Amino acid sequence: MTDLLYGDIEEELRRAVRSVLDDLAPWSQVLAGVEGDDPYDAKLWRTISADLGCAGLAVPEELGGAGASFREAAVVLEELGRAVAPVPFLGSAVVATAALLEAGETELLAQLAAGRRTAALAVPFSTPPGASFAPTVRAEDVAPAGERPVAGEPGGNATLTGVVRSVADGLAADVLLVPADGVLYAVDGADVRRTAVTSLDMTRPLCDLVLASAPAWPVATGHAARRALEAALTTGAALLASEQLGLAERCLETTVAYVKTRYQFGRPIGSFQGLKHRLADLWVSISQARAVARYAAACAAEGDPDTAVAVAVAQAHCSTVAVRAAEECVQLHGGIGFTWEHPAHLYLKRAKSTSIAFGTPDRHRAALAGLVDLPL
Amino acid sequence: MSESTADADDLRRRVHEFLDTHDPGSTEPLEFLRARFDAGFAWVHFPSGLGGLDAPRALQSVVDDAFTAVGAPRNQAERNVIGLGMAAPTILRFGTDEQKSRLLRPLWTGEDIWCQLFSEPGAGSDLAALGTRAVRDGDHWIVTGQKVWTSIAHEARWAILVARTDPGVPKHRGMTYFVCDMTAPGVEVRPLRQITGEAEFNEVFLTDVRIPDTDRLGDVGQGWAVAQTTLMNERVAIGGGAAPRESGMIGMVTALWREHPELRTAGLHDTLLRLWVETEAARLTGMRLRQQLAAGQPGPEGSAVKLAYARLNQEASGLELELLGEDGLRYDDWTMRRPTGVDFTRRSPGYRYLRAKGNSIEGGTSEILRNIVAERVLGLPGEIRVDKDVAWKDLPK
Repeated sequence: MTDLLYGDIEEELRRAVRSVLDDLAPWSQVLAGVEGDDPYDAKLWRTISADLGCAGLAVPEELGGAGASFREAAVVLEELGRAVAPVPFLGSAVVATAALLEAGETELLAQLAAGRRTAALAVPFSTPPGASFAPTVRAEDVAPAGERPVAGEPGGNATLTGVVRSVADGLAADVLLVPADGVLYAVDGADVRRTAVTSLDMTRPLCDLVLASAPAWPVATGHAARRALEAALTTGAALLASEQLGLAERCLETTVAYVKTRYQFGRPIGSFQGLKHRLADLWVSISQARAVARYAAACAAEGDPDTAVAVAVAQAHCSTVAVRAAEECVQLHGGIGFTWEHPAHLYLKRAKSTSIAFGTPDRHRAALAGLVDLPL
Repeated sequence: MSESTADADDLRRRVHEFLDTHDPGSTEPLEFLRARFDAGFAWVHFPSGLGGLDAPRALQSVVDDAFTAVGAPRNQAERNVIGLGMAAPTILRFGTDEQKSRLLRPLWTGEDIWCQLFSEPGAGSDLAALGTRAVRDGDHWIVTGQKVWTSIAHEARWAILVARTDPGVPKHRGMTYFVCDMTAPGVEVRPLRQITGEAEFNEVFLTDVRIPDTDRLGDVGQGWAVAQTTLMNERVAIGGGAAPRESGMIGMVTALWREHPELRTAGLHDTLLRLWVETEAARLTGMRLRQQLAAGQPGPEGSAVKLAYARLNQEASGLELELLGEDGLRYDDWTMRRPTGVDFTRRSPGYRYLRAKGNSIEGGTSEILRNIVAERVLGLPGEIRVDKDVAWKDLPK
């Protein structure tokens, strides 16, 4: 039976990450950061990725990783979600890492695992699992088979031209993994024109990419390329559920703490049943979110044949719960929850964005209909 | 070999020794069950001499499997859910030695079926407001009142009963817990017909029923504390077992959906998939809860599971009727019957829809469960209690 609990190592990891986040990313600082120009918090990322070794959790030890799995990475995402931390963990340590693992690439993978470089998958953040290669980028000047230079050498063996909108964790990525014409290419970040997008989620800014004959190296071709893209999207969607879980949990905790101390009509507002019952229902949904997020992470980590169903269920459920938790957080805080100075909006923006990321709940339900034989 | 494996092997060996001297094929069933109880194989976590071996509860399955494997006589636990699940742990915790040795063996063997006399027409969610009176008369109590929602009262030999012994103090303090002989003069059981047409439950009228003081469980005035033990075990019992995907109510709807493409519409499709996802989420939550219990980390998620299933059962059965369209207008049978259990699968969709309405009322209403989650899990302030310091007799009724 799939283990849905947290092991001792996972709890230890959680404590370590939370302690770093408490120190380096209190919400006041996260809020201040969104007014700046930095694409992410570099100091925080260095601590989490390299010092704590989180960037390589899912990478085998012989490739320079920690030799854990995506289960442990999911626990890190719970904590990052709690803090709406502005770091490229999901894009680099989960999505790009999953693509490279599936493709059998080792060199860039080792650099990502060590936290020395970051990579991002160049697809719109809303791309769901099962998506085919987008036609917005075309490969030109492709070297004939057999004459392919080694990845990373100057010159590349193709050039890419096209546009990719709304890429997550791509602004400062050292390498972009670009699907084009059935091949998954690696492109040096310096060779891509990147424009920051004014993003709904201020703590995970997106960017638009323009490639103009950008030199590119193949990471995977043919079936392997399709599998790598699918692994990236499936693993991303599976683990995003854990980020949503952490976010929802933090929203509930913050709201519960607030309604205990906010007095109106001579009583703490948390003593009114109208609020108590809403919060109790939210707690029920979050308990369920924990079970489905753990299940999705375990399936993704083990390559379980039920992964597709687990991911569809996790995204359909956790997206909805995260948005509801953030919306309740704003509403039950009343006026203060509508202000810029209160962190509730950071959570709402993150929650709503994640409900679109890797496909909306409706898309995941539609996918499920095919997976479990419930066609319209 | 781990210690628990050694214990399990040892236990298996002892069961086989028992079976050598008590042939499950030829021994009279009741005699066999009594001997099994006396040997400590009834509930191994109970004390020796009371059907147990002071062993960890987890080892019970080892014993049960060994007896099942040889086709040994069964105590038909499903017929005595309240006795085994609620009365027994309460008797064990609060009973005198005399009560334990007198009551527990026939309870476990199934000779004595038990029912629960708690709820009253005026005391549902607010159980502590109950008004059935017990007045002392020498070494007896004279009990008068009306109880309701009593499953299998018409088959029960014994009942667990909470009655008011002191109306002059606030409600929680004036109650006492008894076991009540259902064959005693003055006990009248009437079926209570419900919205499905049948009567799973009864009303029980108590008129000057004489209960010996030796059938009192716990101290006079301690009834609420004793009842908490019973109710805690009820929530454990309802918490739910392992279920495969698409089992229960959602499975009825998905089967119908697959068999009848002509009934499908886009709106119903969306509703079905939402319910499927939520049911799967609830199922995984139940699975996680059991893993927590097995790992010795019990959590409060049991309340979450019950709250979720009540709503999902109602929504899925409602969807089934809508999906059926014209056939959803028909009902199988309004005849008044007295079933011993609930089986959602053997009756019509209309029955399922109606019966599921009880899921958010029985065993704690969903509203009370939300209060419990809000107060005990989230630590939110309790409800304002206007009756806290008022003598029961002065409460508005």
